[in-house]
Amino acid sequence: MYAQLVETGAKRLKTKEEMSPEERDFQEKVDAETKIEPKNWMPEGYRKTLIRQISQHAHSEVVGMLPEGNWVTRAPTLKRKLQLMAKIQDEAGHGLYLYSAMETLGADRDEEIEKLHQGKAKYSSIFNYPTLNWADMGAVGWLVDGAAIVNQVVLQRTSYGPYSRAMIRICKEESFHQRQGYQILLDMMREGTEEQKAMVQDAINRLWWPALMMFGPHDDESPNSQQSMAWKIKRKSNDELRQMFIDQTVPQLEFLGCTAPDPDLKWNEETGHYDFGEINWQEFYDVLKGNGPCNRERIKTRKNAIDEGAWVREAAVAYAEKQKQRAQAA
Amino acid sequence: MSEWRLYEVFVRSKHGLNHKHVGSVHAADAEMAMENARDLYTRRNEGVSIWVVPSDTITASASDEKEVLFDPSEDKVYRHASFYKLPDEVGHM
Repeated sequence: MYAQLVETGAKRLKTKEEMSPEERDFQEKVDAETKIEPKNWMPEGYRKTLIRQISQHAHSEVVGMLPEGNWVTRAPTLKRKLQLMAKIQDEAGHGLYLYSAMETLGADRDEEIEKLHQGKAKYSSIFNYPTLNWADMGAVGWLVDGAAIVNQVVLQRTSYGPYSRAMIRICKEESFHQRQGYQILLDMMREGTEEQKAMVQDAINRLWWPALMMFGPHDDESPNSQQSMAWKIKRKSNDELRQMFIDQTVPQLEFLGCTAPDPDLKWNEETGHYDFGEINWQEFYDVLKGNGPCNRERIKTRKNAIDEGAWVREAAVAYAEKQKQRAQAA
Repeated sequence: MSEWRLYEVFVRSKHGLNHKHVGSVHAADAEMAMENARDLYTRRNEGVSIWVVPSDTITASASDEKEVLFDPSEDKVYRHASFYKLPDEVGHM
């Protein structure tokens, strides 16, 4: 999931009796699947949680451009380079759709971005891993965008209108990302040298577990998750989504002729799902806290982009001001 | 960027259809808003025409005005064609 841990401020769910008339009215609308729009009354906790969730989601899209940006100048052919640039441009777009949805809740874009740069706002742990070879571009598209799709498809039905509409747009564009990633890997496995095939397996070995971590910790019992579910800003538990992802991904993995770095991964005839091994949660929390392989580098790159681009923004404002004055003088 | 003005974006998806609200962009001026809207909302042939409108120039009805504004039309069933029953012999009208 792009937003892996979202604090709701809830210790437990309020009963209908404990709610104010406004809260009850709001909850009934949500229960009836009526979309909440920016001008509707909403509980402060709902508004704050959504700002947190949507901003985490937006930051993930934006930081997510960085591991791929490393490969634009190193793409093996012009075709691959164009595809990669189109994908990265989409991610910038997805970040912007989401920031604009977030702003409808009264949040300020610059303030939220500043929180990211100060390390106060989270983004998906997955983007703190390095992309070491070209096959990583394939594995990122296939596994990381694949995991994002599983999460985002259910979020299309989220209760907040602007968020839901942003998700619908994003999902339409996202399947291109996953397919182009899978195709990179397929081509390498079908036509590649032994060395290139080994690169594919190496990329999968490194990204498999971090991709599973994208869905976040076990949360069936957590009050945050229960609150988010009641508000319908989360529609399925982290474990349910992770299982969906594994079930649809393993056959694709086998088709590639590759393996997952998980000795416990096997089909369970009884449950009709794949069993899999336990995730290294210590690693997950370490990365989330800022101690992953690339956390510092990612934030530094983001800050540089803002700082070094300052003159462009200033020039744009100066130009707009000049044009305005000219128009007034004429 | 918040120091820039916010513009709402409307896209006409094809000739003959209305412009429809798709989202918003920040920009230093209207020309830049148009360029940003093109890059952000029409990367895959989603439109043939774009409007950008400064968000602060839009006057919107508030949710608590819903009843005042829209309830009066609820009891005016005679404004709908289905209110008027015609004998079958008259046929389609």
